[in-house]
Amino acid sequence: MSSKYRSPAMDRRSFVKIISSALGSLMAAVVGLPAIQYFISPSLGKEEEDEWISLGPLENYPLDTPTQFNFSLNKVNGWEKSSHSYGVFVLREEGKGVVVYSDVCTHLSCRLNWIPEEEEYLCPCHAARFDKHGNLISGPPPRPMDRFETKLDEGQLFIHLKEG
Amino acid sequence: MAQNVYDWLDERLGLQAIYDAILDREVPKVNWWFTLGSASLFLGLMQGITGILLSVYYVPTPDHAYDSITYIMTGVKFGWLILGIHHWGASLLILTAFIHMLRVFFYGAYKYPREVTWITGVMLLIGALGMGFTGYLLPWNQRSYWATTVGTEIAGSVPGIGNIILRILRGGTDLSALTLSRFFSLHIWIFPAILLAVVLTHLYLVIRLGISNIPDEDS
Ligand code: HEM
Ligand code: FES
Repeated sequence: MSSKYRSPAMDRRSFVKIISSALGSLMAAVVGLPAIQYFISPSLGKEEEDEWISLGPLENYPLDTPTQFNFSLNKVNGWEKSSHSYGVFVLREEGKGVVVYSDVCTHLSCRLNWIPEEEEYLCPCHAARFDKHGNLISGPPPRPMDRFETKLDEGQLFIHLKEG
Repeated sequence: MAQNVYDWLDERLGLQAIYDAILDREVPKVNWWFTLGSASLFLGLMQGITGILLSVYYVPTPDHAYDSITYIMTGVKFGWLILGIHHWGASLLILTAFIHMLRVFFYGAYKYPREVTWITGVMLLIGALGMGFTGYLLPWNQRSYWATTVGTEIAGSVPGIGNIILRILRGGTDLSALTLSRFFSLHIWIFPAILLAVVLTHLYLVIRLGISNIPDEDS
């Protein structure tokens, strides 16, 4: 190459190196950044559940003993429509109104069972025990059983289901 | 610091020697037609990357394949881009590999000592076509269903052994869930594994033998 084409600042080799790495990084970013979004976008979507669920007439629930109620909701995750089942315990007490507890253990989300003979909830997973009012008696859970916001509408009991 | 780390690694791994062999090898004075092999390689890598990303959401079963593709196109951020690159890249790769082959043919670059480079090249072209054939079925829409019906039927028209070829391709007499899952396996494991080995051989030979000259009147 004749010297009149030579740059005093940079030789051909370093120029090509810089251009190739710049273009290479650009192309990597054009695919790489969208790829990150692509991978995490369903994790960030807000599929919030915010609904009032009817549990039927309040009189149906006996006094002083937790009574189980199950319902299911349809959910769409990606291409899959599936139904999720929920369980709650309704406790009606004379003079104190009604409290609805979630059957999801506050430790690691196993489903609690009410044991009538012992007047306690028992978790099948790590043997946590809660009393009738959801207070922790023993075991690893960090807090009492979760409660739902409730309302009464023409004698019907409703709970506020909020998730997400 | 970076230089020290590099020197330490280089002393043990011989990085500089690898760099020199691949990127600093001597090439004759060539023209733009000689870039088509590298273009094919680049497109092949892109197919691999976007294909891996597609497998995050794609499901190869008749009841979910179509829905999962629809979800990629409309439900996931940049899903249209990933699938778009994979879709158009597939055709473009065949095109660049084919023109690359024409370049090699018209320059006589397949002659001694490059016969094996040519043979591995033919295997790459056939493998890429196989990827196209198996990938076409995966969206499980009307077009892919009928294209595969016809494609396997053509393979089935071979005299004598046609029927057994058709059954092996389809995994039975009908185009079914079995066809979809074996095409999927061929598309993401079997063909890519073979192609990877053959591409590496092809590139090894290109480096070992060097690029041929553009033929002139004396040669
Ligand atoms: C996925 C497909 C392919 C890839 C990634 C690929 C890659 C490459 C690369 C990077 C080179 C270096 C020189 C150049 O780029 O021109 C090359 C050379 C070569 N390729 Fe391919 N190739 C592919 C398909 C083919 C096909 C289909 C054939 C022929 C049937 C073929 C035959 C050759 C031959 C004979 C050479 C040596 C050329 C010379 O020394 O001048 N390749 N290939
Ligand atoms: S999940 Fe209930 S005790 Fe661990």
